[in-house]
Amino acid sequence: MEKIGVYVCHCGTNIAGMVDVQQVAEWAAAKLQRRGVVIGRDYKFMCSSLGQELIEKDIKELGLTRVVVAACSPHLHENTFRTACKRAGLNPYLCELVSIREQVSWVHTDKDQATAKSMAVVSGGVERVIHHAPLEPMKVSIHPDTLVVGGGIAGIQAALEIADAGYKVYLVEREPSIGGHMAQFDKTFPTLDCAACILTPKMVSVGTHPNIELLTWSEVEKVDGYVGNFAVTIRKRARDVDTSLCTGCGICWEKCPKKVVDDKFEAGMGMRKAVYTPFAQAVPKYPVIDRPNCTYYIKGTCKACEKFCPTNAIKFNQEDEVITVNVGNIILATGYDTFDAKRIAQYGYGRLPNVVTSLEFERLCNAAGPTNGEILLKDGKTKPKAVGIVHCVGSRDKHYNEYCSVICCMQGLKFAHLVHERTGAEVYNFYIDMRTPFKGYEEFYQRVLEEGTHFIRGKVAEINNAPRTKEEEGKLIVQVEDTLVGVQMRIPLDMVILSVALEPRHDAKETAHRFGLSCSADGWFIEKHPKLDPVATMTEGILIAGCVQGPKDIPATVSQGAAAAARALGKIHAKEIALEPFRASVNEEQCSGCRICNGLCPFNAILFHEDRMVTEINGALCQGCGTCVAACPAGAISGTGFSNEQVLAQIEGLLLMNIGEEALA
Amino acid sequence: MNNEQFEPTIIGFTCNWCSYRAADLAGTARMKYPPNIRLIRLMCSGRLDPTFVFKALTNGADGVMITGCHPGECHYLEQNYKALRRFHLIRRTLQGLGVEPNRVKLVWASAAEGAKFTNEVKSFVEEIRALGPLNWGGAGGNGHRVETQIPEEVPA
Repeated sequence: MEKIGVYVCHCGTNIAGMVDVQQVAEWAAAKLQRRGVVIGRDYKFMCSSLGQELIEKDIKELGLTRVVVAACSPHLHENTFRTACKRAGLNPYLCELVSIREQVSWVHTDKDQATAKSMAVVSGGVERVIHHAPLEPMKVSIHPDTLVVGGGIAGIQAALEIADAGYKVYLVEREPSIGGHMAQFDKTFPTLDCAACILTPKMVSVGTHPNIELLTWSEVEKVDGYVGNFAVTIRKRARDVDTSLCTGCGICWEKCPKKVVDDKFEAGMGMRKAVYTPFAQAVPKYPVIDRPNCTYYIKGTCKACEKFCPTNAIKFNQEDEVITVNVGNIILATGYDTFDAKRIAQYGYGRLPNVVTSLEFERLCNAAGPTNGEILLKDGKTKPKAVGIVHCVGSRDKHYNEYCSVICCMQGLKFAHLVHERTGAEVYNFYIDMRTPFKGYEEFYQRVLEEGTHFIRGKVAEINNAPRTKEEEGKLIVQVEDTLVGVQMRIPLDMVILSVALEPRHDAKETAHRFGLSCSADGWFIEKHPKLDPVATMTEGILIAGCVQGPKDIPATVSQGAAAAARALGKIHAKEIALEPFRASVNEEQCSGCRICNGLCPFNAILFHEDRMVTEINGALCQGCGTCVAACPAGAISGTGFSNEQVLAQIEGLLLMNIGEEALA
Repeated sequence: MNNEQFEPTIIGFTCNWCSYRAADLAGTARMKYPPNIRLIRLMCSGRLDPTFVFKALTNGADGVMITGCHPGECHYLEQNYKALRRFHLIRRTLQGLGVEPNRVKLVWASAAEGAKFTNEVKSFVEEIRALGPLNWGGAGGNGHRVETQIPEEVPA
């Protein structure tokens, strides 16, 4: 018979406040004695070093062969207690952690019922642990190359960190150039550094780094494999430009006769040609041909670019190239989209010409933008005399997004400063709450306050162009309640900037599915732990950085890029990683060769030996889901960690079938 | 005792990647649901052997809740579809045995859906309460073995 120790954690008052932990421990020691429980203890914090030492001491002194810990979710501390067992010389997989915090004390309200349920949960754990087998973690090697998806500042930072450490990085970007949203900005808060001045040197480093293979105008199509050994299929879309010949001289886009509204980089505020690079400092410098807008592809003639190209680099009808790369780690830094302000019809975006979004305004005040940095109304010549900035457009609103987009307050302050500095206009900030945490932000807020910007606390009800008085004629009228004074106001303005929310990419769900991740209810990718593991995901080997995880500013994005890189580098340095040894295997003597399991495995881990008429499972390919175990009519397939015996015993334990009638009192 | 409200015992099978984490999230967010459900963690809903469900029902459970990732979101690509097939098989078998098929419920819950998990548990407890004790295999509600003999017929 096994010698089992049962340890019930108080977790301070988290568990002990709703569960009589002492009673649970005593009950286990008394009622489950005949099932092998030799000791039942409760302790204030089982995960503390003293708590762990308690278990280790019992293993050594009482000769425990199994350990059950009733505490928090195994996703939090399973490893802690396994390690404690290992230190005391017990195989770590002979320990079972059952959750009486997340699944009992935190969700129930009656102490007697919660205590009774905890006993049942402990009983299930005891029955299950009897059937645990000693296991050794599986070791797999880590391929030293890394894939970074997304060439914004998060991806750039991650790629450079890894490449500088001496390892190869594939950086995939679906636009023709890296740079992301940051490349579109004019100034960055709170220091007002010019975005291009701090970003473009990093972009150049990426473009010239010997360890970075830059794949722009490309997308990841498929991801196979697992941590350490991913095989990633990437589609390099046809640029119609031979990059080995192109010098980036720019003659092609000078000569191209077709002008197109640039709704990506210029956010619809400027024009580009049908053959183009998104902006002057693009990395790589090679242009792409925008086929749906190219005259040659529409009408069959033109080829002006081809005629004038001095190096004959234009290659019409180039074909996409599909490549497969092998990497050990993947960092997803695919960023965000901005909220479509047309969804809030009463703000008039798309209908009233001088209502612009924050991204459009970034282009408007960018020295390299369509107006060379002059802040002008849509007529292209008039400077605004009064400008409004509406915060929280699509954020903090249960009709659109409940979350705060984090950056808008500081962005609004930055815009207020820039408008004031460049036009001398009166500036109004319409805010719900001002939020300026982090280094130097509050100081910037004070600075903008001192510049004489008006701050009106109230959610804008409507923006219209229907004047009621003479002075409102020709103006945009913002209808708002100043909630600090309790007064309704109509403020006539020349231009209104909508600080639009950051939203998950429109295709975030497909991306998550492709990489085997999950999205939260609002669409951001879910991190492994919101506080303690913000760049890892539930899928080992896949890391996230930047706004793909949630809205954040540039410093936080850069930090996450670097953090994700450090994580990947740690794995690369370790050269191998230990995986949970939960795998299925076939007992050939019991296998009848019926082949029912053969079609069930999506990882191709199941092979059938025609000669011997038996099935075999490849442990390296098996992911441990257990579907084949459940399907085998002969019971020939067993799954370590989640065997039939373990689950059936746990059911008996949970239903208290194990304790006999004397325990019913 | 007989006048007291019937408290059903329910066994819940959860997937390590989604619904178990939904249950964790329900806890972290301090959402409340009745204590009638006891959870078992599997690596995937595809691991659910129909035997597990019958074992639970014959050992004193009044209902079984099977939970997994939403269709198309399985951590193991498509194994939740296999759970879906088995779920229908289990219900048909139960019907053939004269047991209400509604004693087994399938719920898709992602790791973000703590609220959904909570609401599904709440409503399932009420559904099973309305069906009454199963008392199959000589076991009574609350998971305790009862002294009565095996009933001659199962309640239909």
